[in-house]
Amino acid sequence: MIESPEPQKAGRRERYDSVGIVWMLVALVLALMTVFPLFYMLSAAFKTQVEVFQTDLLPAHPTFDNFLYVLTELPFWRYMANTFFVSAMVTVVALFFHTMAGYALARLRFPGREFIFLAMFSTFLVSLPVIIVPLFVLVRWMGLLNNFAGLIVPSIFNAFGIFLLRQFYISLPRELEEAALVDGAGYWRIYWSIILPLSRPIISALAILFFLANWNSFLWPLTVVNEQNLWVVQVAIANFRSQYSGSWNYTMAASTIVALPMIILFVVFQRQIVDSIKTSGLK
Amino acid sequence: MRQREIVASYLFVLPDTIGLLVFVGVPMMLAVAISLFDVNGFGRYKFVGLGNYQRIWLDPLFWSTLQVTVRFCVTLVPILYVTGLGLALLVQRSSRFTTVMRAIFFMPQMVSLVVVGLVWQLMTVDKVGVLPRALASIGLSGVSLLGDPNLALLAITLTLMWFLMGFYMLIFLGGLEDIPNEFYEAAAIDGAGRVQSFWYITLPSLRPTSFFVLIVSTVAAVAGAQAFDLVFVMTKGGPANSTTLLITYIYQQAFLYSSFGYAAALATLLVVLVMIITVTFFMLTRGGRFHYD
Repeated sequence: MIESPEPQKAGRRERYDSVGIVWMLVALVLALMTVFPLFYMLSAAFKTQVEVFQTDLLPAHPTFDNFLYVLTELPFWRYMANTFFVSAMVTVVALFFHTMAGYALARLRFPGREFIFLAMFSTFLVSLPVIIVPLFVLVRWMGLLNNFAGLIVPSIFNAFGIFLLRQFYISLPRELEEAALVDGAGYWRIYWSIILPLSRPIISALAILFFLANWNSFLWPLTVVNEQNLWVVQVAIANFRSQYSGSWNYTMAASTIVALPMIILFVVFQRQIVDSIKTSGLK
Repeated sequence: MRQREIVASYLFVLPDTIGLLVFVGVPMMLAVAISLFDVNGFGRYKFVGLGNYQRIWLDPLFWSTLQVTVRFCVTLVPILYVTGLGLALLVQRSSRFTTVMRAIFFMPQMVSLVVVGLVWQLMTVDKVGVLPRALASIGLSGVSLLGDPNLALLAITLTLMWFLMGFYMLIFLGGLEDIPNEFYEAAAIDGAGRVQSFWYITLPSLRPTSFFVLIVSTVAAVAGAQAFDLVFVMTKGGPANSTTLLITYIYQQAFLYSSFGYAAALATLLVVLVMIITVTFFMLTRGGRFHYD
């Protein structure tokens, strides 16, 4: 009786391993299928126009001409600079506002706290496309069409960041701020010199997610700006595509330039990104 | 002392409260207000009461876009549920191998939907694209993925699956991690196999995660949160309006035909639709609470 679980366990383990290998192979095949479109984009970016639709997966004579064309014949650097500026501004301001709100909603007591939190959280259900028409009318009335403020300001406010920060602050131990309160520190001091330094890990994860979302956003920049000087990269390549409809090699080179920084960002910060999304689900 | 805490709190929440109010709350109300007016190309407003809603009711194009939206939603949501959960189960055990696999499955999320749309458009170019070629090699030649009204919506749905599956995989992984190991051990002692423990332990324990995944993916699909960009880049709503989602139609009415009043009425209807779906979800699950009994 005492001996019997042993061999049974060993048998289970062996079975598990052969199943495990099959699963690994399945995962590997699916992973190859998943990266294929990205590989295809990269490959086409190095092909000549004639080569794009040939059956070879790799370019026979890899060329940088497509990249050179996109970067020299078009004001592509300008579009990249615009996008970088908008994304960075939104990220910094949003993190500043959201940490403040998250801190108060999690750690301070004031009348109407639950109501404000619920009201903020309910905006979670409203996605941009749904309010695009009235938002456009409002922003036009504010005189923010065709300028950076119109690109930046409406993108700052979103409930997702506030929610994640509040959850994070609720989990911090109380003693930290109580000691500071006894020492006579004000709430701003506590926020600035205790809470903010403690939130470094979640702030860096959110910074990546916010920057990414804004770098990749299309609908709002498309709607609010039509002056070419203010274009962001996504609007630029969408327009580029309709202008050079036959030149897939150029389009793919432009797409690679736009997508590559984010893929690199992901490879570097993969762990933080994966963890912050994994914990954002309802539990 | 207490007074100071209250004042400080309001100052802390003030910027986000005002921002969300102005850029989300006001537009919601504004949509309802504008929907009662007829707005011409020069921005002149004329009150028409419920005229725009009457026009919606009689607009055959509206009904066709609604049908497209529903068809899109009922295909995409189950596909995302199955692929998200499937991938999560596949990479559930943590090892160096699965860490790399997780990263790869999530990678499409890093690429903007504009680029995703362009890349898939290139892959599906009639006859010479890599996918039509692959289909031809298994005997299905002459298939036009984005040109055939019967296939275009499916092509967009599958593209979106490729983009979103990694996100839902991560959400499911978070849920799977929360299931205590003892549950599986107890089931193993009772002689449960893999299939049985998946059916009687994994699935029921994942109820809160499933709820989250279903509600988020359904609302996103109906509102066209990600689909809008893809449709805009890949098909512009064609061929023969077969990929014109409600959200595409709203955008066309507003920014192509300058019918802001009509677009606002359609948008209001969409908000109501999203609200009905959300409330139904919560009612079906008894307020989103889950009992393990």
